[in-house]
Amino acid sequence: MDIISLFIIVPLLTILVLVFTKGLKQARIISMIGSIIQFGMAINLVFAYFKERAVNDAIMVFTKDVVWYEQFNIHYNIGVDGISVALLLLTTIVVLAGVFISWKMKDLPKEFFISLIVLSIGVYGFFISLDLFMMFVFFEIAVIPMYLLIGIWGSGPKEHSAMKLTLMLMGASAVLLVAILGIYFNSNADGGPLTFNILEIAQVNIPIEAQIIFFPLTFIGFAVIGALFPFHTWSPDGHASAPTAVSMLHAGVLMKLGGYGIFRVAMFLLPEGALYWSWFFIILATIGVIYGAFAAIKQTDLKYINAYSSVSHLSLVLFALLMLNKTAWNGAIIQSLSHGFMTALFFALIGMIYERTHTRDVTKLGGLLKVIPFISVIYVIAGLASLGLPGFSGFIAEMNIFVGAFQHDNMFYRVATIISVSAILVTAVYILRVVGIMLMGPVKNEAYLNLEKVTWYEKTGILLLLIPIVGIGVAPLWLSNMILESLQPFIQGVLQ
Amino acid sequence: MNFSYTILIPLIPLAVFLLLGIFNKKIKPTVSGYIGVFGLLASTLLSFYTAYQYFFVIGKVDGVYQTFVEKTVWMHFTETLHIDMGILIDPISIMMLIVVSVVSLMVNIYSIGYMKGDDGCTRFFAFLGLFSFSMYGLVLATNLFQIYIFWELVGVSSYLLIGYYYTKPSAVAAAKKAFIVTRFADLGFLIGILIIGYYTGTFDFETLNNPEGSAILNWASTSFMGLSAITWALILIFIGGAGKSAMMPFHIWLPDAMEGPTPVSALIHAATMVVAGIFLVARLFPMYYFVEHGFALNIVAYVGAISSLFAAIIAITQTDIKRVLAYSTMSQLGYMMFALGVSGYDGQEGIGYMASMFHLFTHAMFKALLFLAAGSIIHAVHSNYLKDMGGLRKYMPITHITFLIAALAISGIPPFAGFWSKDEILVAAFEHNKLIYYIGVIVAGLTAFYMFRIYFGIFWGKDRKYEHTPKESPLSMTFPLMFLALISIVGGFIPFSEFITPDKAGFDAHLNYPLAAIAIGIGLTGILLAWMFYKKENNLAEKFANGFGIFYKWTCNKFYFDEFYLFVAKKIIFKRISAPIAWFDKKVVDGTMVGIGNKTVQTSEKIKGMQSGKVQDYAFAFVGGVVVLALVFIYLW
Repeated sequence: MDIISLFIIVPLLTILVLVFTKGLKQARIISMIGSIIQFGMAINLVFAYFKERAVNDAIMVFTKDVVWYEQFNIHYNIGVDGISVALLLLTTIVVLAGVFISWKMKDLPKEFFISLIVLSIGVYGFFISLDLFMMFVFFEIAVIPMYLLIGIWGSGPKEHSAMKLTLMLMGASAVLLVAILGIYFNSNADGGPLTFNILEIAQVNIPIEAQIIFFPLTFIGFAVIGALFPFHTWSPDGHASAPTAVSMLHAGVLMKLGGYGIFRVAMFLLPEGALYWSWFFIILATIGVIYGAFAAIKQTDLKYINAYSSVSHLSLVLFALLMLNKTAWNGAIIQSLSHGFMTALFFALIGMIYERTHTRDVTKLGGLLKVIPFISVIYVIAGLASLGLPGFSGFIAEMNIFVGAFQHDNMFYRVATIISVSAILVTAVYILRVVGIMLMGPVKNEAYLNLEKVTWYEKTGILLLLIPIVGIGVAPLWLSNMILESLQPFIQGVLQ
Repeated sequence: MNFSYTILIPLIPLAVFLLLGIFNKKIKPTVSGYIGVFGLLASTLLSFYTAYQYFFVIGKVDGVYQTFVEKTVWMHFTETLHIDMGILIDPISIMMLIVVSVVSLMVNIYSIGYMKGDDGCTRFFAFLGLFSFSMYGLVLATNLFQIYIFWELVGVSSYLLIGYYYTKPSAVAAAKKAFIVTRFADLGFLIGILIIGYYTGTFDFETLNNPEGSAILNWASTSFMGLSAITWALILIFIGGAGKSAMMPFHIWLPDAMEGPTPVSALIHAATMVVAGIFLVARLFPMYYFVEHGFALNIVAYVGAISSLFAAIIAITQTDIKRVLAYSTMSQLGYMMFALGVSGYDGQEGIGYMASMFHLFTHAMFKALLFLAAGSIIHAVHSNYLKDMGGLRKYMPITHITFLIAALAISGIPPFAGFWSKDEILVAAFEHNKLIYYIGVIVAGLTAFYMFRIYFGIFWGKDRKYEHTPKESPLSMTFPLMFLALISIVGGFIPFSEFITPDKAGFDAHLNYPLAAIAIGIGLTGILLAWMFYKKENNLAEKFANGFGIFYKWTCNKFYFDEFYLFVAKKIIFKRISAPIAWFDKKVVDGTMVGIGNKTVQTSEKIKGMQSGKVQDYAFAFVGGVVVLALVFIYLW
């Protein structure tokens, strides 16, 4: 049994066991055990990866290739490099933290955890796929449970939000499917057989006309879930309506599929298209960075603030990917990770605050530092991390992106960089505004004086997410080296 | 010589921070103060040991002080660009180590007394540790990015400490303002770093500052809007420095920052963090001096001079003791800035640079002393306002004498420390730029005037109605006062020009008697005027103020800078940018998406009637279709 397929098998087994459980207690224990095993596997994978990397300099390691559907040459083809290893680790941590945060899930706990784990299977599968078709299938597996999770366990106008989110992502999937088929039918350009295999297609010189047509389709297909302006509007409503763990998983992990897909498929397979279109999408991404940040200033609902902040931060990922150089790409990957941990942490904290005060309206909250100090202090730390304070992962990511982007010889890219840099100021404004109104100041509501203290499972969830943020921020070298190594083959594709 | 042990100097306060921060609840407030003090004491001793080693054991090699660098790569960007973490030992970093250590230690000791009874004490000392760590890291930085990293960290420590009384809305607002205004300036700093990285391919101070290096020699090879790109970068970096050092127009955060506990004001907002901007320019001094014949350095000089004058004028009319001191700090920082701005590079020419560093040192001591003394007064009378203070010399003798020493020092009266450094600055300005020299002289007079205005107001005059009779502060608070007073007396006799010059070679400085006489004269005049106005209660000051009319009103309102910023923030950014974007997102972008969805549903509503289930309808459609297809085939094929 190869260690990567386990990332599909273990969750499947967890679901199988979950089906036979009764009640919340059994369901959460089983989910926790399953997630801990996955977390252990991910840690193990990191070490195994380093060991393997030392002796194996293939683009992907731990590969496995089984024919799935012969007629169209579809394979179950998996493998990882440093980037997918890092993202797998992110996913296991966010899932585990999500389970802890949902410790007190009241309605239909079994079904909730099953949906959550199905979603995570989609994510794991997506990150390990080396076959376009398989990648697409897992993408859909990750997106569909979202509809149920928001529609059933959500709050507020949940049906509307669930519908909007699903329809927009499905629309993107439709575009993406066209793009994937387009790539597939061009994969014989050099005379070989038609194939979905990413590594094989990368060797093929897809005609430049086809690249120019299919790059924007691939890009948009993936970028909708990566919150590309103006296709980001599913995100604020979706996040606001989703239950805590789902917001965490969705913003923390699912939205990263966009950037990852763009990197693996659009940039790797269609480099000429990327060069041709980059200026256009850079404009959209730059708008997204600034626009998301400004829109966040005006929001009063905590989840909306965080959702718009995600738009801003993830547009930065797209921005960096479009810069087509190693440093910026490194930054893009680190930003994906960093944002994953940070935003999951934010949503977890917002969930805790909401559970206690029953409101997410910042104007109604005040002085929480006095009453729930642990949660509030972590919120401040998360906020500082989010505004790019050195010592936290966000700084590492942003500096890689900015320095990388600024190395571009074309003035246009440097100007776009300067515009994006200014987002760090706007970010500071909306973060400190929330911290000032919600956490500091006098306690606004007498009822808040007796809020429940933080529980052990909440603490565990918080620390799981906080430790990587600080870890990456303080000692970035190992992660950045692991990613840089894996970027090499991809950047060569673009440079040629 | 191995200086790697100096890494402990920042790491000890960091350990204090982590210890107090993580075990916040378990450590008693009284114990936490001692942990902080002992941590800082260790760092201080190490700093002095380092200074001794550097200046006296190693001394000059070939007539210049050497630079020692120990560093390790922290993060790679490209093959040439990377962030290093390390320590850089040279005269100015040693001097800053001493300044930061002494003031930090004194403030920590002082805080034991000042913060007694505050249940958030542990948090307070934890933040002080974080600040000391960041500040040490900043002064020891080996490259631009390292300095930027610690720059942000001192910024956040300042944010946390200003907002220490976080239930007080004014403190929260002040903390936020300080962070955002300085971050706005840091944006310039960061973009400047990016430009430097792009054009020179390095962030390293040693490479950048080498007068024979490519970064300096090749400045003319790039140009952007009539200036060298490197000059632009230096100007942008200076904007970052101006933000931290409260130069115009970024000064607005500093007076508000006085909302923090007074020891914090003494440490961060008077002696150490606010001089980071001056240190930054000094650190990059060869670049500022050589690139484009010192174009950027001229800007430094004028910004410094204007800020200095402007702040001194405002300081006269303020009614809150800490705000007077805050504007005074800003004014003195302007002094240091313009001293750098008028400085040359080689030998005797470098007097401005030397004087600036000298003044940084002496100012740190006497201004920290002024703030701590003010804290002692506030502690006794429970008010920040000058109107609530009077006749205190009888009740608080130690505070009185030490305050007087500091006031004499800042007014430039010999033999106190401020006289020597200020005199050198005026000499430098006199030699290079007469306009700035005159501004400097006027500011010197104003400084003496506003300083003695508050001195006479607080310690002389009639007693106010005190709830409790004011009494002298405990030893933990008066000891730092006396210690700093001692340095304020003798600090001026340190032969700075031997140790700290831009070319690191040192020179002999001599007192310029005519200029010194003018400086002393103007200082004494200021004191005399203050004595006339404020020694006894009289209405002279009021009459005088009325004479100025509108100008007086403008000064009282700090020239409406705050109002202007508030207008930009509230009316423009919030109302004209942010709100429309939020609206646009909700109505237009989201509206379009929802609209598409709704149109789809409506369309389906409309056409669903066709699926009627009646066979004759289907038959009709079928026949119609056949006919249409037939026509198409016949006529169009």
